[in-house]
Amino acid sequence: MIPVPSTLRARESMNLDALTLLLAAASLAGGFLGSLTGLGGGVVIVPVLTLVFGIDLRYAIGASLVSVIATSSAAAAAYVRDGYSNLRVGMFLEVATTLGAVAGTMLARRLPLAAVAIIFGVVLIWSAFLSLRERSGADAGGPPDRLATALRMDSSYPTPAGPQPYHLRRIPLGWLIMAIAGALSGLLGIGSGALKVLAMDQIMRLPFKVSTTTSNFMIGVTAAASAGLYLQRGYIDPALAGPVMLGVLVGATLGTRVLVKARPAVLRVVFVVVLFALGCEMIYHGATGGFSGG
Amino acid sequence: MDEPATLRRDQRVERAIGRLLQAGVILAAAVTLVGSVLYLGHVGRQLADYRVFRGEPYDLRSAPAILVHALGGQRDAIIQLGVLILIATPIARVLFSLAAFALQRDRTYVVVTLVVLVVLLCGLFGVGL
Repeated sequence: MIPVPSTLRARESMNLDALTLLLAAASLAGGFLGSLTGLGGGVVIVPVLTLVFGIDLRYAIGASLVSVIATSSAAAAAYVRDGYSNLRVGMFLEVATTLGAVAGTMLARRLPLAAVAIIFGVVLIWSAFLSLRERSGADAGGPPDRLATALRMDSSYPTPAGPQPYHLRRIPLGWLIMAIAGALSGLLGIGSGALKVLAMDQIMRLPFKVSTTTSNFMIGVTAAASAGLYLQRGYIDPALAGPVMLGVLVGATLGTRVLVKARPAVLRVVFVVVLFALGCEMIYHGATGGFSGG
Repeated sequence: MDEPATLRRDQRVERAIGRLLQAGVILAAAVTLVGSVLYLGHVGRQLADYRVFRGEPYDLRSAPAILVHALGGQRDAIIQLGVLILIATPIARVLFSLAAFALQRDRTYVVVTLVVLVVLLCGLFGVGL
C-alpha cells in the first residue's frame, strides 16, 4: 500500500449522515465548476469519491454515471430552447455511442481495477488538455458530402443574421470516434463530452454550438445504456448515488445561472489544473496498487 | 423539398423533448430526495463503509424488483426508484424521437432510433452481460 496523505482521506469512522452531507457538498462543487467551465461535473466525481472518500472504484463509477445522466438531461431543456441541436445527427451517432458503452461496460468487468484507474487518469489529463485547445470555426462551405445528404443531416442553425446552413463531413470517421467515446463512457462512468465535441467539431465540421448542444443530448442516452447494465451488476448504491445525483444537479444548475453572465477564464484554468492533478493521482494510485480491492 | 417546414417541425419536436427531459429529472430528483431523507432517518447513524465492494442486494438491482420494493415502502429502494426514473428519462426521449420520426414517415431514422432503443432496453432489462 502507498502512503496516501491521511488529511486527504475521509476517515473510516464516519456515519452515513456525515458521508451523505460531505458527498452532496463535494458533488455540488464538482457540478458547479463542471458546468461553469463547460468540462462537465461527472469527470471529477470518480477521482473525488475514490481518492478523497476511499470509496471502491465500482461504486464510484456507478454514482458518477447517474450524475452524468442528471446533468445532461437537466441542461437539455435550456439548450433545446435555442434550436441548435441536430436530432438526426444525434440519433445516428447514438447508435455508435450506445454500442460503445455496452462494450465499455463489458470491458470494465474483465479489466483489473488498477487498469481502469490508470485509463481514467490518462483520459482525465487528456480531456483537460483538449479543453485548453482553440475551438475551430464552422464549415466554410464547399460541396455537400454525399453520405450526409443521403442521411439528411445537413441543416442550419439560428444566428443574429438569420439561419446559417452547415454541411457535415467525414461521417464514418466521426462515427468511429463516437464509438470510442461511448466505450470510455461505459468503462469509466464519465460523459466523454470532450471527445464527443472533438468528433463533431473537428472531424465532422459541425458548428461549435451545434456540436456542444447535440453532444449534451447524446451524453444522457449513452450514460443510460451503461447505467442500466451497472444497475443490474450491483454497482449503483442508493446511499451514494442519491447525494451525488442531487449535489451535481444543484451545482450544475447554479453554474448555468452564473454562466449566463460571463465565462470565467481564470476558473477554467484552475479547474483544468485540478483535473490534471487528479489524473496524475489516479494513475499513481492505480499503478501502486491502491485500487486492488475485491 | 420543404426544408423550412421540416426544420420548424424538428425544432418543435426538440422543444417538446426538452420539456420531457426536464420533467423526468425533476421527478427523479424529488423521489431520490424523499427516499434519502427517509433512509437517513432510519440508518443515518450507522457506520458508512464503502471501501470494499460488495455489490447491491438483488432487490436493488433490477427494475421490476426496485419498483416492487419501493412501492412496498423500502427506503433504499425508493432512492433506487429515483435513479431508475433518471435512467428511464433519456430512454423516454429516444421513444419520443421514434414516434416523431414515424409520424414524419422517415424510415431511415425510424430504423436508426429503433437500434438505439433496443440497445438501451437490453441494458436495462437484459441479462447483465
